[in-house]
Amino acid sequence: MDQNNAPILEALKKFKHSRVVPFDVPGHKRGLGNKELTDFLGKQCLAVDVNSMKPLDNLCHPISVIKEAEQLAADAFGAGQAFFIVNGTSAAVQNMIFAVAKRGDKIILPRNVHRSVINALILCGAVPVYINPQTNARLGISLGMSVIDIEHAIKENPDAKAILINNPTYYGICSNIAKITKLAHAHGMKVLADEAHGTHFYFNDSLPISAMAAGADIAAVSLHKSGGSLTQSSMLLCKDKALEAHMRQIINLTQTTSASYLLLSSLDISRKNLSLNGAELFDGVITMANYARDEINAIGDYYAFSRELIDGDSVFNFDETKLSVNTLGLGLAGIEVYNLLRDEYDIQIEFGDIGNFLAYLSVGDNYKNIERLIGALAEIKRLYKHKCGEHIPSEYITPIVRMSPQDAFYSESSSVELSAAIGKICTEFVMCYPPGIPILAPGEEVTRDVVDYISYAKEKGCSLTGCEDMSVSRVRVVG
Amino acid sequence: MPLWYSELHTKNVKLSIKVDRQLCSYQSPFQRIEIFDSVDYGRFLSIDGYIMLTERDEFIYHEMITHVPMAVHPKPKRVLVIGAGDGGTVRELSRYSCLEQIDVIEIDKAVVDLCKEHLPQTACGFNDPRVKVYYQDGMKYIRKLEAEYDIIIVDSTDPFGPSEGLFTKEFYGNCYKALADDGIMVNQHESPFYPDDAIAMQRAHQRIVSSFETARVYQAHIPSYPSGHWLFGFASKKYHPVNDLRADEWNSLGITTKYYNTNLHRGAFCLPNYVEELLKNVEQK
Repeated sequence: MDQNNAPILEALKKFKHSRVVPFDVPGHKRGLGNKELTDFLGKQCLAVDVNSMKPLDNLCHPISVIKEAEQLAADAFGAGQAFFIVNGTSAAVQNMIFAVAKRGDKIILPRNVHRSVINALILCGAVPVYINPQTNARLGISLGMSVIDIEHAIKENPDAKAILINNPTYYGICSNIAKITKLAHAHGMKVLADEAHGTHFYFNDSLPISAMAAGADIAAVSLHKSGGSLTQSSMLLCKDKALEAHMRQIINLTQTTSASYLLLSSLDISRKNLSLNGAELFDGVITMANYARDEINAIGDYYAFSRELIDGDSVFNFDETKLSVNTLGLGLAGIEVYNLLRDEYDIQIEFGDIGNFLAYLSVGDNYKNIERLIGALAEIKRLYKHKCGEHIPSEYITPIVRMSPQDAFYSESSSVELSAAIGKICTEFVMCYPPGIPILAPGEEVTRDVVDYISYAKEKGCSLTGCEDMSVSRVRVVG
Repeated sequence: MPLWYSELHTKNVKLSIKVDRQLCSYQSPFQRIEIFDSVDYGRFLSIDGYIMLTERDEFIYHEMITHVPMAVHPKPKRVLVIGAGDGGTVRELSRYSCLEQIDVIEIDKAVVDLCKEHLPQTACGFNDPRVKVYYQDGMKYIRKLEAEYDIIIVDSTDPFGPSEGLFTKEFYGNCYKALADDGIMVNQHESPFYPDDAIAMQRAHQRIVSSFETARVYQAHIPSYPSGHWLFGFASKKYHPVNDLRADEWNSLGITTKYYNTNLHRGAFCLPNYVEELLKNVEQK
């Protein structure tokens, strides 16, 4: 297929020239009805904020330009079918779970999944079988899944419907997705890939293998992260074209019927750019990230980690575009460096946790800004380095799943002090956001370790979210 | 055909200079570099549409950014100049025999090459054998240094474009680290007059204040710059720019200048009330 085409973009351009009189929604009527908004976002933008109509197709039932754009995307990503998603990658992740699991079905997944995965379990009633992601003790981060652990989980749960894999994790760590896929298929299980942080894998051969290339069944791909499309736009990929009709039904259960053409066109344009220029663009990003890593490591006390972590199993591969930096050598928590960069140096990075921070590099970065980041990190070391850092090593806390997320979420519950919750079953989430990976999920027992971790994360200034009590001093428990 | 060069000083104000002829126009990887000849201002250098210097009034800028720190520091030996591809600042520095090392960090070699070709009035500064020019990013060069220089002169363009990094807190902090214990940093500090320039000026001051023990601002009148009212920053770990002025010593050097003198040095630090207020507003935070 000719990847120079961008059917949605072309249809919108044509539509603009046709000067159609709008007696339909949206009510701002190409911006005329909302001057302040139009002045702020621009006429160009408001003129194409339009509704589904004959020349522009309909995302719920695509038959023309959206269908063609999805076919081009499927071709670009090596998938049988691609679906444009406008409710965020969270929606894409949820849809792929709804497509393979229903109430009571088991899904094998690593504990360091995004909250959207567990949200899906609450909604559909499926039950998680957690794999302990291996932990790197020095860095205090969760890694990928070990193949032996997968084999064990399959043996213990031969009735599981699917295995979900992060490809990669937020930090850029990849499991052996090809081998896990083979194993899963040999046991009649589907493979779902959360590729929220892996769009670029599809466009550069020196990066880790993509889910579609590895033979996975479904993947949620966040084009708006490394791919350059607008926030909230995303894609769902199916390896097998035969899954299309069922998948479309599932997506239409929750997807808006007023899909934004700003988001849709951004997906179309980004796909075109990635398939035409992606290899070269991501060569540039990799070179930049490697340069930044070398310079940050040269400052001393920081550890910008990369491919040296690869161990053939739980770190099967590493995404070099991720600039993940461990800060414990400075005696500072990752979140403290994150806050200093923003408050003192006007530099916003993606997230900071207890021991690390992540600077997200993508198609839009340049060396001038990289120098600012490195310069600021050198300054933070000079001005804020602590002599003695006492940090609790963030070890993996094995979740004790006492109820399915759905049963717990819908149980009678009451709000109790965090310390009084120990031994009880939690009915809500507690997580640091970002990265949005749950510390506690509905259905899990609250333990002393979990309570200690939450208190420590709060003390270090992590932004804790997910539960009703905004300050996270109380949680809801069953009963 | 009359040909006019116009520079927008704000959206609604512009300065126009009648051009005799254009001497060069070159797009480097960093910026657009143009040199024109004019009747009243002589040759002038424009980068990305903004006048950097004119032959007619460059002496004001270059004397003020150089002689002020040189008349305060008791025994400067090593000077670093960041930016300054036109050579005017090093031309002034080269008049001091006490200096042993004059390093210039310029990100864009094309600026130096074109100035050498078309602006010998300033580029003659590069002829001094003590001057060494390194073509690289100033931020990158400086962050690796510790106590290497007695004086750092930040002769940057405006904070939008390649020089953006030279107006950041991390850069000023890195300069602090690169200076000796009695080091002085002087910087091009934008103008207090038009609101957009004033914001850039305030931000720079706020960041310098947070990095150095002493941070003062001084002024000069530069006709070809927006509003003509221009500021410089003087920051030091040890010296006060007026109390520690070594006027007699400097005068005994016998350096002839067209703008700078030691009386004017003292007066340049006396600022209009509205400027003092702009500065005070960001010092308190």
